[in-house]
Amino acid sequence: RQELLKWNGWGYNDSKFIFNKKGQAEFTGKRYRLGGMILPTFKEWIEKTFGASLEHKTTSRASLNVNDVPPSIVSEEFLQDLRATKISHSQDAEDRVFRAHGHCLHEIFVLREGMFKRVPDIVVWPVCHEDVVKIVELACKHNLCIIPFGGGTSVSSALECPEEEKRTIVSLDTSQMNRVLWIDEKNLTACVEAGIVGQDLEKQLAESGFCTGHEPDSMEFSSLGGWVATRASGMKKNIYGNIEDLVIHIKMVTPRGIVEKNCQVPRMSTGPDIHHFIMGSEGTLGVITEVTIKIRPIPEYQKYGSVVFPNFERGVACLREVAKQRCAPASIRLVDNAQFQFGHALKPQVASIFTSFLDGLKKFYITKFKGFDPNMLCVATLLFEGDREKVLQHEKQVYDIATKFGGLAAGEDNGQRGYMLTFVIAYLRDLGLDYYVIGESFETSVPWDRVLDLCRNVKERIVRECKEKGVQFAPLSTCRVTQTYDAGACVYFYFAFNYRGISDPIHVYEQIERAAREEILANGGSLSHHHGVGKLRKRWMKESISDVGLGMLRSVKEYVDPNNIFGNKNLL
Amino acid sequence: MAPPIARSPRPPPRAGRPGRVGVGPWEAAAGLRPLRRGRAGERGAGRRGGARRTMAAAAAAAAGRARRGAPMYSQKDLTSKKRDEFEDILEERRLSSDLRYAMKCYTPVIYKGLSPCKPNAIKSAVLQSEQVQYVIKQLAKEMGESPDIIQEEAVEILDEMGHSMQLGAVRFFAFTLSKIFKRLFRRVCVNEEGMQRLQHAIQEHPVVLLPSHRSYVDFLMLSYLLYTYDLALPVIAAGIDFLGMKIVGELLRRAGAFFMRRSFGGNRLYWAVFAEYVKTMIRSGYAPIEFFLEGTRSRTAKTLTPKFGLLSIVMEPFFKREVFDTYLVPISISYEKILEESLYAYELLGVPKPKESTSGLLKARRILSDNFGTIHIYVGQPVSLRTLASGRINRCPYNLVPRHLPQKPSEDIQEFVTDVAYKMELLQIENMVLRPWVLVAAVLLQNLPAMESELLIEKTLWLKGLTQTFGGFIEWPDNLCAKKAVLSGLALHSNIACLVDGHVVLHDKGVEDGAIGEVVFKRALAVLTCATYRNQLLNVFVRPSLVAMALQMTRSFRKEEVYSCFSFLRGVFSDEFIFFPGISLKDFEEGCFLLTKCDAIQTSQQEIYPTDKGSVIISFLSAMFRPFLEGYQLIFRYLSKETKEAFTEKQFIPGVRNFVFHLLEKGNTQCYEALSSDMQKNALAALVHLGAVKKKKTCQDTCTETCGCTTLSGSWCRGWMQALAENTGRPAAGAQTRTCPSSLKQGRQRHVLHQASSPLPLRNCCC
Repeated sequence: RQELLKWNGWGYNDSKFIFNKKGQAEFTGKRYRLGGMILPTFKEWIEKTFGASLEHKTTSRASLNVNDVPPSIVSEEFLQDLRATKISHSQDAEDRVFRAHGHCLHEIFVLREGMFKRVPDIVVWPVCHEDVVKIVELACKHNLCIIPFGGGTSVSSALECPEEEKRTIVSLDTSQMNRVLWIDEKNLTACVEAGIVGQDLEKQLAESGFCTGHEPDSMEFSSLGGWVATRASGMKKNIYGNIEDLVIHIKMVTPRGIVEKNCQVPRMSTGPDIHHFIMGSEGTLGVITEVTIKIRPIPEYQKYGSVVFPNFERGVACLREVAKQRCAPASIRLVDNAQFQFGHALKPQVASIFTSFLDGLKKFYITKFKGFDPNMLCVATLLFEGDREKVLQHEKQVYDIATKFGGLAAGEDNGQRGYMLTFVIAYLRDLGLDYYVIGESFETSVPWDRVLDLCRNVKERIVRECKEKGVQFAPLSTCRVTQTYDAGACVYFYFAFNYRGISDPIHVYEQIERAAREEILANGGSLSHHHGVGKLRKRWMKESISDVGLGMLRSVKEYVDPNNIFGNKNLL
Repeated sequence: MAPPIARSPRPPPRAGRPGRVGVGPWEAAAGLRPLRRGRAGERGAGRRGGARRTMAAAAAAAAGRARRGAPMYSQKDLTSKKRDEFEDILEERRLSSDLRYAMKCYTPVIYKGLSPCKPNAIKSAVLQSEQVQYVIKQLAKEMGESPDIIQEEAVEILDEMGHSMQLGAVRFFAFTLSKIFKRLFRRVCVNEEGMQRLQHAIQEHPVVLLPSHRSYVDFLMLSYLLYTYDLALPVIAAGIDFLGMKIVGELLRRAGAFFMRRSFGGNRLYWAVFAEYVKTMIRSGYAPIEFFLEGTRSRTAKTLTPKFGLLSIVMEPFFKREVFDTYLVPISISYEKILEESLYAYELLGVPKPKESTSGLLKARRILSDNFGTIHIYVGQPVSLRTLASGRINRCPYNLVPRHLPQKPSEDIQEFVTDVAYKMELLQIENMVLRPWVLVAAVLLQNLPAMESELLIEKTLWLKGLTQTFGGFIEWPDNLCAKKAVLSGLALHSNIACLVDGHVVLHDKGVEDGAIGEVVFKRALAVLTCATYRNQLLNVFVRPSLVAMALQMTRSFRKEEVYSCFSFLRGVFSDEFIFFPGISLKDFEEGCFLLTKCDAIQTSQQEIYPTDKGSVIISFLSAMFRPFLEGYQLIFRYLSKETKEAFTEKQFIPGVRNFVFHLLEKGNTQCYEALSSDMQKNALAALVHLGAVKKKKTCQDTCTETCGCTTLSGSWCRGWMQALAENTGRPAAGAQTRTCPSSLKQGRQRHVLHQASSPLPLRNCCC
């Protein structure tokens, strides 16, 4: 699998944005719907938005320089013990570097231009729960540090090795624990090994006609164990729920032993739910090995949709009403104007004159006839799932609400493209990096009444901080309301800027990101909705959950892992 | 109608930011528009104003810019403080048609996020707001009345309060005020760069204008100014008294005034409606909001201690992050001669102020024939509330309660509001323009009853240098020689002083004949009027002067002792002058620094020595503040000797006035300024702060009780009063001969001792 993926960027090797010989943007590979298509307006958008130019290019190192990698320090006794267990392992530099990072901007930047100060000393690939038990026992015996590694898609610096860690760091790669152990059709549950990657899980379940419905944007690469360890959230949570709603049972190996429950029941009243110590523990307590998860029959019918609103305020009001009536479709997202224009720039070349004529007509209708300001309007994308009949009924209900808030239906195609973009958008950062543009996304959750203020203030704060820090061109600072709840919403921000003329772009970037997070907290937003805390957001934990709260978590850690075997230093 | 044409050839000043190379697309987004004013053709002549600038070379100190806490304390630039140049806006008015000016095409720059709405839309938004509706429901529940009735009440309150800005009324004012201002004032000078900064600020974030308040002209002038520069007209918080004026009240309402009752502490509905009204305008960026931190016109031309209520209201939308930021703009309006000056003097002496009325206004039109010289308006740098607040506000209280619920501000918020209020007043003071006459008055008051004019001129010039060293912003007209400047001041202020046989004397006609009481009264009038000019210097001089006084009083050179005396004096005068709260040591250091700078003292690690040359400065400085010292002594003597255990505030002012009046009649004191009700109130407030006097609310009236037992407070008062008297080197008139503490410090120790040994329950005394 490592072979298929980029070593210094997001996703598959064969899929990326390039500028072809004619200077037009193109997405390569055949994995995505956008693959092989030409994006005629994209170049102009990049130039206009970031002031970037194709002439100014930075290039990444072509490959990893093995000599730069810190040497692997592993004691011979441990190696002997490990060999005795017959668990496959590697001390190869590439293997170790591959597992030394997640996908934060600074991590990718280091890969392109520098080297981590600390990487794992050895990688192990257990294939089952028992293997993990053995590894943890060995680690306790030899006093090593274990960092569990799933899909490697973390964006919270959670996978970074603590520089000051003197013990041998073992990267425990769960990718070989990827079997579906059983499916229980009567209770609609499946027991799955935690290393399975999202898309494989869905593929295997689909063979029996089931799905989990858990679709985080990273589902092609992220693992079940990772979801549990970070309290993940999926795009279609309105139907299927977030990870905490999906999980029925968890088995975790800790230095104290194995933690699990005695039954697999929908709910129990046995004191605080121990699952909640595990979910969001971010690899600080142990290795999640097996998870029993709810499954559903694959929906009969899926339909995309989209609605255009005259402005963001109306759009948010509509989403709020949808949430209030509890009729949110599987997914409903509202992108602001900047992101709408961004999506527009990623429109592929149209095949026929007819389509282009139709597009023109639509545009005319919306901007001229309906009087929407193209620099104000925003779009909600929708995804319905279920029985055909119910979907159509549901669809009507949602569109009726939208109409009340001045929304206009804008077609299935726009909706579908919107969702496709969330998968390819991660590839864009790598293109940006080639042209002095760095960017990142971050998220929060916020009560409904503060959504608008938070979005406005955070975007403004980013713009201001960029200006103050000497960024020469106004940054891209955009957001979308990406999940709705009864009491609030999840908001996702994208932020990118052209760093030409700045000597230390990563530092500047980090300062701005920190300021943005401060702003979120000041506006009543949370530290994280689903990305987790890792090491990136640790500094605000105390403020987020109070001293006592932090102490509660600490005491659990102290009991479960007194010698800090799971020493990735996340969270606390 | 000629459309206004871009006037300023200067590119808008933009602060260069470190690291920025070239001009990116940032600029395009800012939506710049050149500042414009009136018509372009007439501007040539206006330029010469530039040369008129007097630079306070070393504004060193810009007295009192020291701040508490990290972001509030700006390391000041002690070498050079650049101030903007002034332009006369009346000049243009004298050259072109007022009617055309009033009818000009007025398309002001407005807040970028503003969706324009009518004044009535604001009112209904306020009424419908969750905040007001919540309070209405609460009250309905508590009082068992139907919410509709309370809603009705709210509507009435809103109608009484709300402005209804109309362009017609604005144009009417533009026309009449042009006429009036041209007659009253020689020049109205404005720093155009300040207007430019304001223009940017208005577009970027909601703006709060915080002018100083010396005259009713203030807010008329400010609106006039914004109209002239094509900026959004402010809505102005005005006292409800104006509504008593027929027609005029309504006219003001249409020109953007909204009216607040003088006191509404207990009325929750009123408070909710008022606060929401103001906050709605802030949130929507409807218009700049203007109000006076001082709360009322300062009768003494000395900045009054700030009021916090309205300020905390306008800051709240930012605390709750309903707006990204709010700009606070300090504005200093300085008059060469204040329109109401004689009225003020009467008021200070206890003659009640005439009620605002239209007929009164018409009667007052005779002042139109007088000349009131020049007005200087300095629009300060807009201060970003976000910058001030960064790192200081705990966000939790605002995140855990729905934002529409009324919430008592937490202690750190209250402290922050207080700090901001003082900071803004200090910024006002920093940019107050001082005219030569101010210096003349300060010198003259130290040399009553008469002073040789040559000497006066010489001293004035000397004082000019000193003032500039202390960071005072002196505007010396057209590089006039000192003599001419003094003479022209005398001409303008002929009601205060005049030249008799080469001597300058205070103008107190009719003093010779008439009863002794009348003589005292007339004299007091003259002194108090004159003092309003000297007072303009005081806040610039107060830090070095208190150091000078402390030096004289302690008769010690030990820094520690001088400081302890300084900080005691600072505490006593904390309501008289503007000190940023809690930074006594910084103020002391600043005072010492300024004295060192003018070579009056030398300091070492442990000690402070006056230099040989410095004694002149030191005695001048302490003489400048002696009226306050003596005045406070008289007031404390009154309190300790004449009063019963408890008295009401209403009894206090006439009581102390009579007491001082008698002393003056007998010739036992020369301190006419102690008659000033302003000083009397401040002294009482200081005693409350210091804990010598306790305030109690009774059902009818606010009652002030002297601390616990009179003997305690009395002996304490006497103790340090005598300490003061002794150490100033001048015996206070009528001071008792008794064993008095030899130093202030001892005096205070005595006080503590008294407390400890007193058999009375001292718990309830807040000493």
